Amino acid sequence: MSAPVIWILIPLVAGALILFFVPERLSAIVGGAVATVLALVAMIFPIDTALLISTLSIKISASVQVFGRNFSLNTADGTLLVIIYGLAALWFFGTQASGIANRFVSLGLIIVALLTASIAVEPFLYAALLIEMAAMLVIPLLVPQYQKPGRGVIRFIIYQTLAMPFILFAGWMLTGVEASPGDIGLTTQAGAMLGMGFAFLLGIFPLYNWIPMLGKEASPYVTGFLLWALPTFTVIFALGFLDRYTWIRTSPQLSGAIQLAGVIMVASAGLFAATQKHIGRIMGYAAIAETGLLILAMGLRSAEIVNVTFLLLIPRGLELAVWALGLSVIKREAFSLQFSEIRGLARKYPVAVIAIILAHLSMTGFPLLAGFPPRLAIWQELASQSLVTSFWVFLGLLGLLVSAFRTLAVFVMAEEKTAWSWNESWIQAGMLTIGVIGLFILGLVPQVMQPFLSKLPALFEHLSQ
Amino acid sequence: MALDIISWAMVAFILAASCAMFISRDWRIQLSALAVQYFATFWLVTRHLPFAMGAAKLVTGWMVVAALGMTRLSLSELEEKEDPLGQRGQWFSIILIMIVVFVTAGAAPRIEAIIPGLGLQVIAGSLLLIGTGLIHLGLTSDTLRVILGLLTMLTGFEIMYAAVESSILVAGLLAITNLGLGLVGSYLLTAGSTSTTNVDEEQI
Repeated sequence: MSAPVIWILIPLVAGALILFFVPERLSAIVGGAVATVLALVAMIFPIDTALLISTLSIKISASVQVFGRNFSLNTADGTLLVIIYGLAALWFFGTQASGIANRFVSLGLIIVALLTASIAVEPFLYAALLIEMAAMLVIPLLVPQYQKPGRGVIRFIIYQTLAMPFILFAGWMLTGVEASPGDIGLTTQAGAMLGMGFAFLLGIFPLYNWIPMLGKEASPYVTGFLLWALPTFTVIFALGFLDRYTWIRTSPQLSGAIQLAGVIMVASAGLFAATQKHIGRIMGYAAIAETGLLILAMGLRSAEIVNVTFLLLIPRGLELAVWALGLSVIKREAFSLQFSEIRGLARKYPVAVIAIILAHLSMTGFPLLAGFPPRLAIWQELASQSLVTSFWVFLGLLGLLVSAFRTLAVFVMAEEKTAWSWNESWIQAGMLTIGVIGLFILGLVPQVMQPFLSKLPALFEHLSQ
Repeated sequence: MALDIISWAMVAFILAASCAMFISRDWRIQLSALAVQYFATFWLVTRHLPFAMGAAKLVTGWMVVAALGMTRLSLSELEEKEDPLGQRGQWFSIILIMIVVFVTAGAAPRIEAIIPGLGLQVIAGSLLLIGTGLIHLGLTSDTLRVILGLLTMLTGFEIMYAAVESSILVAGLLAITNLGLGLVGSYLLTAGSTSTTNVDEEQI
C-alpha cells in the first residue's frame, strides 16, 4: 500500500462513510479513532522503508500517480503526519463535548485529507487548488442550514478563492525566474503575485477582517478548527516555496517584507483584541496574532526557521482546541459571547473558564504554558536582528494579555453570594482538563516535542542549512 | 483567419454576457449570461487545450449554472432585490464595465508582448472576465452575485492559465473547484431559508 492511499484516500473515504452511515452520537469517537490510528501508523511505520515483523516484511511506498502527476509522502513526512492526525484526533474527540453537528467530524476528516494531499502533490504549487477545495468544505460547517450566511463567511470564501489564481500564476512565473534568474522585472512580478496569494490565504493585514467576523457569527469550535487547519497547511505550503526557490530565501527585501507583514499582524491583532467585548472575536484576533508570529518566523534570516515555525504550530493546535471547546461550552449557556452575556459565568462553568483563560494566556506567551517556549525562541532570534521589531511584537502580545485579563475580570464579575456550581458534563470537563494538562506539559517540558522537531527539518533541506 | 474572427466574436460574447450579468437584476438573465460566458470560454480554451478538456470545462460550467438555477428557482418566493441606486446604478455599472474594457484594451497587447503565443483574443477574453468578476466582488454582498463574481473571475483565470498549463490534473481540480463553488453558492442561498426547527436536529 502507498502512503497517499493511507493518509489521503482512507480518511477521505472514512469521512464520507461517517457522514452517511455513522450515527451522530458515535461520529466523534469513530472519527477520532480513525485519526488516532492514522497518527499511530505514521509513528510506527516509516514510509518507504522496509520493516521486518517476524517473517513479514512491510513497506509503505511513497508515491502514487494520479492523471500523470505524483502524490508523494516521503520518510520525512511521517513526523508531520503524526502531528497532523494527532491534533486532528484531538479536535474530533472534542466534538462530543462541544455539542456541534456530526458532519463536523466527517467533513473535518475530508478537509484534513485534502490538506494532506496539498503537501503531497507534485508539483507542489497545485496545493493551492486543494487548499481551496478544503476551504469550500468548511462552508457547510460555518453556516448551519438554519442560519443565514454572514459577511464573514462571504469574505472568507472570496479571499480563499482569490488566493488560488495568484499562487498558480506565480508558480508558473517562478519557472521563468528559474530559467532566467537575472530578469529583475519577472522576479518582482512573480514575488508580488506570490505575496498577494499568500496574503489572501493567510489573511495578512488588512485581509484578516473575516476572522473576527467568523469568531462572532459562526460556531467557536468550527472557527477554531478552521483557524488551526488552514493556516497550518498554508504555512507548510509557504515553507515549501521558501525551500524550493533560492532567490525567495536569500532576498533581504523579501525577508524584510515578510517580517513587516508578520509584525503588523501581531501588533494590530493584539491592539484590536485589547479593545474587544466579544470573546469569540478575541479568539479570532489571538489566532491572527499567532499567524503573524508564524509569518515572522518564516521571515527570520536564520537556519532555525523550520524549528521555530513548527515549535509554534504544534502548541497552536492544542491552544485553539482548548479555547474553542471552552467557548462552545460557554456558548450553550450564554448564546452570545458578548461580555454583557458572560458576566459571572466563572461560578457556573469553572472548568471551561479556567481552560479559556489558560489557552488565552498561553497564546500571549505566558510562562509555564505551551505558548511560552516558541515565543521565547522567536524573541531570541528577533532580538539579535531588530529591537524595533521585537518592541512591536511585545506590544501586540501585551494587547493579547490585556484582553485575557479583561475576559477574566468579566468572567468573575458575579453577583455577591452567587454559589459556585459545576455545570459542565463529565465529558466536557474531562476533555478540557486533558487539554489544560497538555498546555502545562508543553510549557513545562517542551522537550517532549523534540522527537518530532528533530526530524522535521528534513522536510525542508535547504531552509535548514 | 476564420478561427481568429470566431475568437474575437467570442470575446464580444464575453463582453455582452458580462454586461448583462453585471447590469441585470434578474437572476435568470444573470445565469443565462454565465452559461454564455462558459461557452465563449470553451472556445477560447480550445485554442490551447484539446477539445475534450475544453468540453469538460463547458460541461462543468453548465452544471454549475444548472445547480444555481435550480436552487434559485426553489427560492422563487423571495422578493427580487431592488437596486438601491436605480437608474443611476445602471449607469455606474456601465462606466465600470467601460473601465474594464479600456484596461483590457491597454493591457492585452502588453501581456502578449511579455508572454508571446497566448493570442490577443485569449488575453482579452481572460482580462474582461477577471475584471468584471472583481467588480462584482467589490460592489455586492448578495450571495448569488458574489458566487457569480467568483465564477466569472475564475473562468477568466482559467482561460489564461489553460494557455500556459495543460495538465489534466489541474484541469480536473479546477473543474472540481468550479463545481464546488456552484454547490457552495447553492448551499448558501438555501441556508437560513429553512425552518428554525432544524436547530435541534443540528445539535447532538
